[in-house]
Amino acid sequence: MDLVKYLAVAMALFLLGIWGIFLNRKNIIIMLMSIELMLLAVNLNFLLFSVYLDDLMGQLFALLILTVAAAESAIGLALLVVYYRIRGTIAVEFINLLKG
Amino acid sequence: MLYNRHYSTSSHSREKKKKDLMNFLFYLFSSLTLLSGIMVIQSRNPVHSVLFLILVFFNAAGLLVLLGLDFFAMIFLVVYVGAIAVLFLFVVMMLNIKLAEINEKRLRYLPIGGLLGLLFLFEVLLIVDNDLIPLLIYDNIQAFTEYSELQFVNWSSAIHTITNIKAIGNIIYTYYFYFFLMASIILLVAMIGAIVLTMQKGIRIKRQQVFLQNTRDFAKTIRKIS
Repeated sequence: MDLVKYLAVAMALFLLGIWGIFLNRKNIIIMLMSIELMLLAVNLNFLLFSVYLDDLMGQLFALLILTVAAAESAIGLALLVVYYRIRGTIAVEFINLLKG
Repeated sequence: MLYNRHYSTSSHSREKKKKDLMNFLFYLFSSLTLLSGIMVIQSRNPVHSVLFLILVFFNAAGLLVLLGLDFFAMIFLVVYVGAIAVLFLFVVMMLNIKLAEINEKRLRYLPIGGLLGLLFLFEVLLIVDNDLIPLLIYDNIQAFTEYSELQFVNWSSAIHTITNIKAIGNIIYTYYFYFFLMASIILLVAMIGAIVLTMQKGIRIKRQQVFLQNTRDFAKTIRKIS
């Protein structure tokens, strides 16, 4: 198998995640989706090196990262729902007004 | 090793055809992944963005199938598409967001973002070029054209095959069960946290209170006013 090609895909996906966070400063849902993209790229990297090095620890790590990604998105969306219920909007720019 | 030399040319061409098919599928899946990843962060409507995110996950699962990780491809589909993307879709549908106000001044952060991206790309390419190119690439060397189609056979894996899910189960329930328990506790905490965060005990909501309802005296509630 060709490691470098797969690595380039995973790296480009990670860069797309970073780019999405930088470009969409208004929409927090798209920022959360970009975080999911970055986690997917990291997961792909772990799985790729796990296959390449013939080591199962990478797949174990990928499973745990998947768990953490699911938990993170659930908590983040719950926070988003609560914030929308308080403020009536999900604009990110005034989110620092929440501090006491 | 190098057993293909004594095989007939039909097997030889079959190997080559299989390799071409794998290359084609890899380029298909990876280009679709990257294109829909771009569409995730560039589309105007968050619903379209979620749908493209689902497409990204599907293509990533295809890449995992190409790597031979069938269990992880299925888990990606189940967890990412079935849980996370549906959750995103639900939240996008529940909160009505005005589309127009969202992306104005899209390219405001492009200079610093592009700078950071280029820096990261440079750092990764520094690693990739030096260390990760495998030593034995017969395809690129003209002197080895005779051996260019030779395949290495991992005889231990050819004789003793074990499926992916079985291998993971063999280690995750025995040596690393602690991580497994920790993952389950993380999921439990996330579930309780999400429920506690989104459950509202508002004053306006009328709930049934069984104790008050049962201890209510009939003679005091309805009475005839004469």
